[in-house]
Amino acid sequence: MGAMGGRISRDDVAYVAGLARLELTDDELELFTGQLAAVLDHAADVEALDTEGVVPTAHPLPLANVLRDDVVRPGLDRDEVLKAAPAVEEQRFRVPPVLGELP
Amino acid sequence: MTTTQDGITEGPATEGTATEWETVVGLEVHCELATATKLFCGCRNAFGDEPNTNVCPVCLGLPGSLPVLNRQAVELAMRLGEALGCTVRPSLFHRKNYFYPDMPKDYQISQYDQPINVDGFLELPDGSRVGIERAHLEEDTGKSTHVGGGGRIHEADHSLVDYNRSGVPLVEIVSRPDLRSGEQARAYVNELRAVLLATGASDARMEEGSMRVDANVSVRPAGSSTLGTRCEVKNLNSTRSLGRAIEYEARRQIDLLTAGERVVQQTRHWDEADGRTHVLRSKEEAFDYRYFPEPDLVPLAPDDAWRHAVRQSLPALPADRRRRLAAATGVAPGDVAVVVERGLDELVLAALDAGGEAQRLLVHAEHDLAGEPADALDPAALAALTRMEVAGQLTATQAKAVLAELVASGGDPAEIARAKGFEAMADDALAAAVDEVITANPDAWERYQGGDAKVTGFFVGQVMKATRGRADGKVVTRLLRERAGA
Ligand SMILES: [Zn+2]
Repeated sequence: MGAMGGRISRDDVAYVAGLARLELTDDELELFTGQLAAVLDHAADVEALDTEGVVPTAHPLPLANVLRDDVVRPGLDRDEVLKAAPAVEEQRFRVPPVLGELP
Repeated sequence: MTTTQDGITEGPATEGTATEWETVVGLEVHCELATATKLFCGCRNAFGDEPNTNVCPVCLGLPGSLPVLNRQAVELAMRLGEALGCTVRPSLFHRKNYFYPDMPKDYQISQYDQPINVDGFLELPDGSRVGIERAHLEEDTGKSTHVGGGGRIHEADHSLVDYNRSGVPLVEIVSRPDLRSGEQARAYVNELRAVLLATGASDARMEEGSMRVDANVSVRPAGSSTLGTRCEVKNLNSTRSLGRAIEYEARRQIDLLTAGERVVQQTRHWDEADGRTHVLRSKEEAFDYRYFPEPDLVPLAPDDAWRHAVRQSLPALPADRRRRLAAATGVAPGDVAVVVERGLDELVLAALDAGGEAQRLLVHAEHDLAGEPADALDPAALAALTRMEVAGQLTATQAKAVLAELVASGGDPAEIARAKGFEAMADDALAAAVDEVITANPDAWERYQGGDAKVTGFFVGQVMKATRGRADGKVVTRLLRERAGA
């Protein structure tokens, strides 16, 4: 299937970009639609395999119940943490007003 | 009424027909689990600490950090699941993707199609059962404070984020749409809180936000078995708000449908001040969370031994305690709800064992012992007090005074009664007092004899006054009836 072979539309890409709060130009939409279609084509190769009788796998590791005890461990120093903030106010991360709704 | 394919309920086609409406409510309750640490890291799970002091690479979503599941959070979720009669099953964690500054990883780790607890129920004091669809584990978000614009999200100048709450363990308890009124929804939340406290799963404080309730509300013509279009109501900060918001929202939908308009599926925000719900967003803008399995966590599959141990360690639950006390006292479970809620059921049962009188014990537990610790009283002394009451040795008023003394300093009820001068009145002395009151009030007595039941209270009151409260009201009523020749 070609890069624009209909596996994903330009509208799909615009929609996903919206969910990720990314603003894309027309050129970028064009570019990413092609690139994402190629990625999906690659993933679709798996469909060619015979998976009859193969149990769906949640995880590649043959493990379950990896748990830790409920014991407090020291975290990070606040000053250190807030150094990574774009801006700080009242010991909190100061961020732009949120556009759109709370989920 | 018809429900179209896009999930919109339209009003009845026939104009002028009075339709009876039924309110249908399902609740989603988020509760913070009472662990020492967060769900996936060792940071402290504490309310009210200095901002951003309980944070680490995991709960800040820093690259390269990996989550490890907290055993105690799982145990508490299992305790709740067992207490709600759920099937506790193998489960998986998923990533719920959305972009919001209080969620630093840009996804929330939650349980999606394979939650830990499914298919349970909650029994309310009136005996009704509300289905529980699921109670799953997930992590909480950080806390945003919106600055400017009066604290409203849309008009805010900027937001401040504290990540202390980021990653705190939650259970989300989703009920089936089995509730039929705001009042029943309140009863459900109260009962759920009692179960959360009994199991030790959560401190369930709505005012501190450790218990958060969203309501899905719809209406339908009475007798219909299909569901109407629902609206989700948020921002319910107390059970009072919950009840009011549901009643308001149901009314709003009924008014729309009655006017021939339609209900549109929306998320609505309850405004406590104006007593209304306001639209937050419509279904068309609903979020697409693109769930996928969390690759950094392995499946959770509690074995039989663990589930069994959890079941064995559960305390008696409120519904069981109500049933037990009701059976012992011969009343309906709904009538002992307050006594059980106050934790006075063990005291009443012990006093019953010590020969106490059931009705008097329940009355004292419900009305006279509010706020008293159950261990403040000797069950044998309480039992003796109720025996004195039914033997006519103490009036209700006197018994209350003796009880207060028992709570304050203990002792023997008979001695306290003597010390207070509460000797039972001799029958002839009481009879004489009754006669005096009758003689002094001939008009009222004529009305009494004529069958005017309203003056009974007047006569009892006058006799009480004359005997300085030492008379037994029931005996006075009997004497009055005898004298009237009834
Ligand atoms: Zn942490």
